[in-house]
Amino acid sequence: MLAPEKIWWKPLGRMEKTWLTVAFVWCVFLTIMMPLWYFMGRQNVPAETYRTTPTQFNEKINAFVEQYKVGEDTVNGVTLPVVEAPAGSDVYLRASTWQWFPILQFQKGSEYRLHISSMDLLHGFSLQPVNINLQVLPGYDYVATITPTTTGEFTIVCNEFCSLGHHTMIGKIIVK
Amino acid sequence: MATLAPTTPWVKGAKDDYRVCGVTTLKVDMHTERLIIANAVMAVVCLVLGGIAALLIALTRWQAIHLLDATWFYRLLTLHGVDMLVAWIVFFEMAGLHFGSTALLNARHAAPKLAWTGFIMMTVGGLMANAVVLFDPKSIVTFTAYVPLKAHPLFYLSYILFAVGALITTITFFINIVVAKREGRFSGSMPLAVFGLMTAAILAVYTLLEGAAAIVPAFLWSLGVFPNYDPGIYRNFFWGFGHPAQQVNLAAMVSIWYMLAQMTVGIRPVNEKFSRFAFILYLFFINLGSAHHLLVDPGLTFAWKAVNTSYAMYLAVLGSMMHAFSIPAAMEIALRAKGYRHGLFGWLRNGPWNEPGFGALVVSMILFGWIGGVTGVTIGTEQINMLAHNTLRLPGHFHATVVGGTTTAFMGFTYYVIPLIFRKELKLKKWAVWQPYVYGIGSALVSLGMITSGLQGVSRRNWDITFSGAIPGTVNLTLAIFGIGAIIAVIGGIMYVAIVLTSILTGERKEASGLLLVNGANNPLLESTKLTDEQMEDKQNQPKGTLVLVFAFLVWFAVYYLSNWWLLGRTWFIK
Repeated sequence: MLAPEKIWWKPLGRMEKTWLTVAFVWCVFLTIMMPLWYFMGRQNVPAETYRTTPTQFNEKINAFVEQYKVGEDTVNGVTLPVVEAPAGSDVYLRASTWQWFPILQFQKGSEYRLHISSMDLLHGFSLQPVNINLQVLPGYDYVATITPTTTGEFTIVCNEFCSLGHHTMIGKIIVK
Repeated sequence: MATLAPTTPWVKGAKDDYRVCGVTTLKVDMHTERLIIANAVMAVVCLVLGGIAALLIALTRWQAIHLLDATWFYRLLTLHGVDMLVAWIVFFEMAGLHFGSTALLNARHAAPKLAWTGFIMMTVGGLMANAVVLFDPKSIVTFTAYVPLKAHPLFYLSYILFAVGALITTITFFINIVVAKREGRFSGSMPLAVFGLMTAAILAVYTLLEGAAAIVPAFLWSLGVFPNYDPGIYRNFFWGFGHPAQQVNLAAMVSIWYMLAQMTVGIRPVNEKFSRFAFILYLFFINLGSAHHLLVDPGLTFAWKAVNTSYAMYLAVLGSMMHAFSIPAAMEIALRAKGYRHGLFGWLRNGPWNEPGFGALVVSMILFGWIGGVTGVTIGTEQINMLAHNTLRLPGHFHATVVGGTTTAFMGFTYYVIPLIFRKELKLKKWAVWQPYVYGIGSALVSLGMITSGLQGVSRRNWDITFSGAIPGTVNLTLAIFGIGAIIAVIGGIMYVAIVLTSILTGERKEASGLLLVNGANNPLLESTKLTDEQMEDKQNQPKGTLVLVFAFLVWFAVYYLSNWWLLGRTWFIK
């Protein structure tokens, strides 16, 4: 609170130097961890993205459902198609207020290219209880290449506020 | 207006409108005094509005109570964000900028008319935002108002008014400093606290400009001037405003930490160079933090995200870790110099724990660093963010920083502003002694409840997640911890408001005679000037205890950080 004497540019003390060095090394370690995991880890944030429009994405999703529909199931009392595409294929998930469409079915250990886009507002793809969370924007086709490592029924919760019915926006993924 | 001592006018021919503070012996311009009072009062008004919303939304998320219906929940959630994260904190900071640029420099307020214009715009903007959200259901868009969720044009206009008002006030800060320097009001360098506030003010300027880049197009879009507004671009600009705005709070809070330490313990900064360099690190790197919110967004590359989310190389984190050492170290030296030299922590045991400013300082530093900082760096790691994005871990992190950290520090500081600036005796002093601890325990539980719920996948901003069936039953426990914490924090908040209102409304006008509120008549501020170089360098006074504390902090940091990588490694493969 008080103005220091004119010359305050003094060398650091021993303890300050110690802490500064240790803290800086820790910062360098934090920095290195991200590229290290990027090259070595198996959980990385998808970056593949394409421009799209709701109409374009809808056409793709309709063709996808028509080609690979294997049954029907209900989420929140609404009947939706269950769709299973072969391993390695492009699969599509549509977010709109307040529904995830369709129900996707995967095989454990197989890789899929999951395309996600929104038709209207921002949505949040939150896969539970796996706890993978991605942001979904309209106009962007976001491609996550995923490999399920556990089996069962998983819930997609919308975790980005998308107007008043937000909490009713629930979807399903089945892994066999 | 009252003046204690007749002195020469500010400038030739100027109106002699100031008083001399009996405690600090500094001149206080009456314009400054009135501006601080106005801004502080508005800050508390917004805190009350936001606090009522806080209680109601917390009691809704506490699943066993689930108080509000969905519409009111989202409505009050929007208000809570606007009133707390923006209005309460920014009004308080504006009061701080007026204080720092004049009273601390023994200088006059050089642009009071401009400052009042800024204040009026902020007030109109803040109240308008509340009114629009309360009366227009379409404007329930939460604080972030992500495009293409469209609110009423007046909603965006209220943000713009508030931001421009804040920008104008910030400009008066720079004007004051330039004028003070030119008129020779202070000699040598700026005091460290003013230097820190200057960092906050510089950050505020480009933060507010980025806010304009996000909100002005949104305003025009809501009016139909242009049909489309890319949601990715909006998010980038919005967080260019939203995240650095928190760093303004950070720089302001750290400045207040230095002031509280000086006012309650009589510290002398251990090394001005060290502390100032830490502020400079904030200045250069903290603006990159906008990326923290975009880590799992489509369209961005790994390299862009990794560089930005890490503030180039965690250099802003380094700044905070430097302050985390230098403030307690200065406190340790000051207390050791008073004779409390027993063992590693004898100085800490003998700290003035019943002095509200000291309690607030310690609570604020612990919650900000040990919970807020550690969780922030962890969830701000590019890959780990996939586990955390938009879950309750996010609000868990920032309630530790801006509630447990910033708000506690601001509250503690208020108790000294009341006698020094309002010139009213502080009432309910016993409450003031306890208030930082009550508020701190409450906000710590809020943060921990949120973080542990978020770890189990509970999303933020969600009225009810139970019927998804996806969330384990243990969430009921962690959400209850959050709810109980919120009640305790609200009690702490009520204590604060009660102390402030009772003092202002029923206290007699009285010139302050001492700095400390409960701890006797000594003046740590003056004591700090008597700390000699010999005392600062005395072997017996060296901050060994602080070094142990910061290393313990580092161990905790590493454990939390690395266990999150372990957690990430257990989930599905994704790329």
